[in-house]
Amino acid sequence: MNAEAADSNPEVTATAEGTAGVTPWRDLCSVADLTPGAGVAALVDGEQIALFFLPEEQPPVYAIGNYDPIGDAHVLSRGVVGDIKAQLVVASPLYKQHFRLSDGQCLEQDDVRVPSYPVRIQGDRVEIQMPTAP
Amino acid sequence: MTEARLTHPPHIVVVGNGMVGHHLVIQLTNSDMPARVTLIGAESRPAYDRVHLSDVFAGREPEDLALATEADYAARGIDARFGTAVETIDRSTRSLTLADGTSLAYDKLVLATGSYPFVPPIPGHDADGCLVYRTIDDLDAIRARAEGATTGVVVGGGLLGLECGNALKNLGLETHVVEFAPGLMNVQLDPAGSDCLRAKIEALGVRVHTATNTQQIEPLPDGRLTMHFADGESLTTDMIVFSAGIRPHDQLARDCDLAVGERGGIVIDDDCRTSDPNIFAVGECALYDGRIFGLVAPGYRMAEAAAAQLLGGSGQFTGADMSTKLKLLGVDVGSIGDAQGRTEGSRELTFTDPVRGQYKRLTLSADGKKLLGAVLVGDGEPYDRLLQYYQNALKLPEAVESLLFDLDDGAGALSASDLPASATICSCYNVDKGTIVGCIDDGMTTLADVKACTNASTGCGGCAALLKSVFDTELEARGIEVDRSICEHFPYTRQELFHLIKVQGIKSFPELLKSHGQGRGCDICKPAVASILASLYNEHVLADGRETLQDTNDVFLANMQKNGTYSVVPRIPGGEITPEKLIAIGEVARDFDLYTKITGAQRVDLFGARVDQLPDIWRRLIDAGLETGHAYGKALRTVKSCVGSTWCRYGVQDSVAMALRIENRYKGLRAPHKIKMAVSGCARECAEAQCKDVGVIATEGGWNLYVCGNGGMKPRHADLFATDLSDEALIQAIDRFLMFYVRTADRLQRTSVWMQNLEGGLDYLKEVILDDSLGLGAELEAQMANVVGTYECEWKATIEDPEKLKRFRPFVNTDATDPSIEFVRERTQRRPATAAERAAAIEVDPARIPMTTVEESAG
Ligand code: SRM
Ligand SMILES: Cc1cc2nc3c(=O)[nH]c(=O)nc-3n(C[C@H](O)[C@H](O)[C@H](O)COP(=O)(O)OP(=O)(O)OC[C@H]3O[C@@H](n4cnc5c(N)ncnc54)[C@H](O)[C@@H]3O)c2cc1C
Ligand code: SF4
Ligand code: FES
Repeated sequence: MNAEAADSNPEVTATAEGTAGVTPWRDLCSVADLTPGAGVAALVDGEQIALFFLPEEQPPVYAIGNYDPIGDAHVLSRGVVGDIKAQLVVASPLYKQHFRLSDGQCLEQDDVRVPSYPVRIQGDRVEIQMPTAP
Repeated sequence: MTEARLTHPPHIVVVGNGMVGHHLVIQLTNSDMPARVTLIGAESRPAYDRVHLSDVFAGREPEDLALATEADYAARGIDARFGTAVETIDRSTRSLTLADGTSLAYDKLVLATGSYPFVPPIPGHDADGCLVYRTIDDLDAIRARAEGATTGVVVGGGLLGLECGNALKNLGLETHVVEFAPGLMNVQLDPAGSDCLRAKIEALGVRVHTATNTQQIEPLPDGRLTMHFADGESLTTDMIVFSAGIRPHDQLARDCDLAVGERGGIVIDDDCRTSDPNIFAVGECALYDGRIFGLVAPGYRMAEAAAAQLLGGSGQFTGADMSTKLKLLGVDVGSIGDAQGRTEGSRELTFTDPVRGQYKRLTLSADGKKLLGAVLVGDGEPYDRLLQYYQNALKLPEAVESLLFDLDDGAGALSASDLPASATICSCYNVDKGTIVGCIDDGMTTLADVKACTNASTGCGGCAALLKSVFDTELEARGIEVDRSICEHFPYTRQELFHLIKVQGIKSFPELLKSHGQGRGCDICKPAVASILASLYNEHVLADGRETLQDTNDVFLANMQKNGTYSVVPRIPGGEITPEKLIAIGEVARDFDLYTKITGAQRVDLFGARVDQLPDIWRRLIDAGLETGHAYGKALRTVKSCVGSTWCRYGVQDSVAMALRIENRYKGLRAPHKIKMAVSGCARECAEAQCKDVGVIATEGGWNLYVCGNGGMKPRHADLFATDLSDEALIQAIDRFLMFYVRTADRLQRTSVWMQNLEGGLDYLKEVILDDSLGLGAELEAQMANVVGTYECEWKATIEDPEKLKRFRPFVNTDATDPSIEFVRERTQRRPATAAERAAAIEVDPARIPMTTVEESAG
């Protein structure tokens, strides 16, 4: 599961990097660029990513697609973060559906799921793995 | 006269469009059975709520009493005719003649002609200034006569007489009540109760003359009237209103030889049928079992029985309970069942408190186990409880006296779960507990739904508390907590959270969550708590960590549109704007290529700004002297104004100045939902104040304040709250009203819904706000003063703070702007491209405006 891959233990990720078929970790921004308790957007290879920083959770960072397929706009990073039945979620600011931070699943509509990305904190940097190499 | 001649469906003619006639035609047309219905009313207007006639003296508009409009009847296919009386009935040809000369055939006829006030044949009773009180027209006559008058007399100390006395008192007259009998309200009260009531009423300044027999009314040359009494005394007054009982309107029935009672009233059987099987009678004109039922609920029961019979079903009237609870001149009076203790072998229990002016009496069965009746004066609280014991023949507790007091867990405290399904909860609409339980079984989870579905508590409103307790108990019994807890993280309502935060001085969401909640919070509780914190402490909405609690609109201080861009709405207080500011708005709109539109609330909305453009846009607007309009917040939106006395030839006050004062005072106030206001300069009401949460209308003497109006999804006219207020009194009332709303309303409850759900409704609100019954006034005002004193324009504070500006970066890892936002031009302005247009735009489309162009022009 993505959440595990985002573990901030460098040794675990080092092995992951070595595995065939896995793209390299890429530097995104500094931890100071994130907003604790909320989301920010990032643009990687033309793809918009919603990054959430929840310092009290384990792991503390999550990345899912910024595009809300129900509202048809790139807005998920601007939603309110919280939990529904103990699952971390972001509520779309447009029509308020909840998307699970760990895997992008929409809780209200089974057939809707946005992409999710492995992400981790390395020192004071935030790194992400994209599905394809740059 | 054979049944074969009946047309199909039979033509049903209802004579009389009072409350009962109205209820009947509604019953007839609610059914699936086809019905052809003609309704003929002698009054010039469709049926209205006679029971609440006196509210007009307290400021309600006569129109608000309407039970139906001509259009409502038309929509139901009812041929309704007003302002014409039926003059004769010809039973042999089954036809009617009307005062306007027309005639009409019927298959079935229903007489719902009600009653008229009895005027004792005292010499001089028809002099100018002798009036009665039953219709809106009567009320107009009383009001007209009261103009310039100082004294008014009501003849009759019964229920209606005292109500009329109250009306005269409200009109500012020195009021006398003259009663022939030795006590007031003889029908409902025993002598001790009647004395208690008299003492209370006299304490209010109404002069009561009992055992007083008027022998002559003498008109004086100056238009006043002198009443001469049998004991030699006399009384001079400007007007006399007779309220000495009612007489059934049965002349039509007499003229065509239907059976009538000795003392009047059209005789009916259990089917509500008169002595002619094709003619029915219902309401106050009908005599059932030797009795006239002078209350509306029994009339409704008759109408329901008659409707069932007319539509070929079964349904009977078997008598009705005459228990009543009233507030007369502010005194609670209740009478249940055998109030006077006339039942053989009955026992009584009395309680008198001369200090507080309370009298309560119970009539008990011989074995002391059942309640047969009760009288309450000065304290109406036990009424609902006693009524349930009486109506459901419940076994009384050992300590019967406990029933008389509001003890928290006294033996008499009757929980809603003790009531049988057949227990009547709302007598106005005959809704029993079983029906309410049925609604909940059908999935209704809000009181508002249950009210809408059953009509319960929409009549006199007397059952509101009981209805709520039945509803809550039933929901609880099912383990449903839906509308109590705000969400899964807090087992509290918004109101309870407000209280906790305030009392415990909690200053942050994590603190609250830790002490009173569970989990991490969500998009429901976080913004709600942020709003509470803002109303209480009024710090910047994006103050330290607070922004993560807010909905995107509050975070970016702008409204998100469908394509992820935002709208920008500068405040234009009262709709007044200088040409310079208007030009500045126009220049910003032009330079950032924002779609520009005048909103429905007297200001300008600029659409299509990207997150990263917002600070630049606002910097320009603020430099031009504009402020945020809070269009994004659950906060004060606008105070709409009309131009007022400064320009308008009809204006009586400076409505623009007042709108500006109000808008500038309350701007920034965070609330459970948005708040809209308006100020009109005269009664023509061009600012549409009566559909606002707070509406102000200028009068010659100051300002009338209206509250709890709503446009939008479920429009509601605002209620008149206070009249002729000075500037300062107006602000004080609004301060208190708004703060009380902020403190007690549920999340996303507009003032209209809040007030309708408030126990005690408008009257309660008036007590709290205007009479300061909770002693909260000073605290509410101080809280508002704090909010007003700490106001800052959120946008100004934002653009001055680099930390806050960080939020407006589109991406954390690049300075690129959002590439997904695309526009097309329409009528020369930009609008979001549709999905199809975006797909097509991949091939170069000249209509497409690439973002880069926009940026260059934005400079
Ligand atoms: C812009 C405007 C329409 C326009 O082009 O004129 C508008 C636009 C929106 N209205 Fe409105 N309403 C606008 C005047 C009104 C009015 C008329 C008025 O204020 O005089 C009403 C009826 C009056 C009332 O509220 O009592 C109105 C009743 C609503 C409602 C229904 C509220 C209700 O209690 O039933 C909603 C939905 C809600 O708030 O839950 C709503 C919600 C909205 C939202 C916020 C819907 C949304 O979530 O996107 C719209 C976005 C506003 C924006 O992006 O700035 N809007 N809306 C008007 C802005 C007025 C302003 O200057 O602030
Ligand atoms: C001030 C006041 C306060 C009251 N307070 C209460 C209260 O608190 N609780 C309570 O239960 N009851 C109260 N009542 C009594 C209640 O209003 C009546 O019980 C109820 O209105 C009776 O309804 P109805 O339709 O039978 O008669 P009405 O409402 O009198 O209607 C009869 C209608 O028939 C019309 N009509 C008569 N003859 C003809 C004709 N020949 N052709 C055509 N039309 C005709 C009349 O013009 C009238 O409009 C109050 C009454 C008044 C006046
Ligand atoms: S009426 Fe509907 S579409 Fe129009 S502005 Fe209001 S919310 Fe939007
Ligand atoms: S009892 Fe009158 S509204 Fe329910």
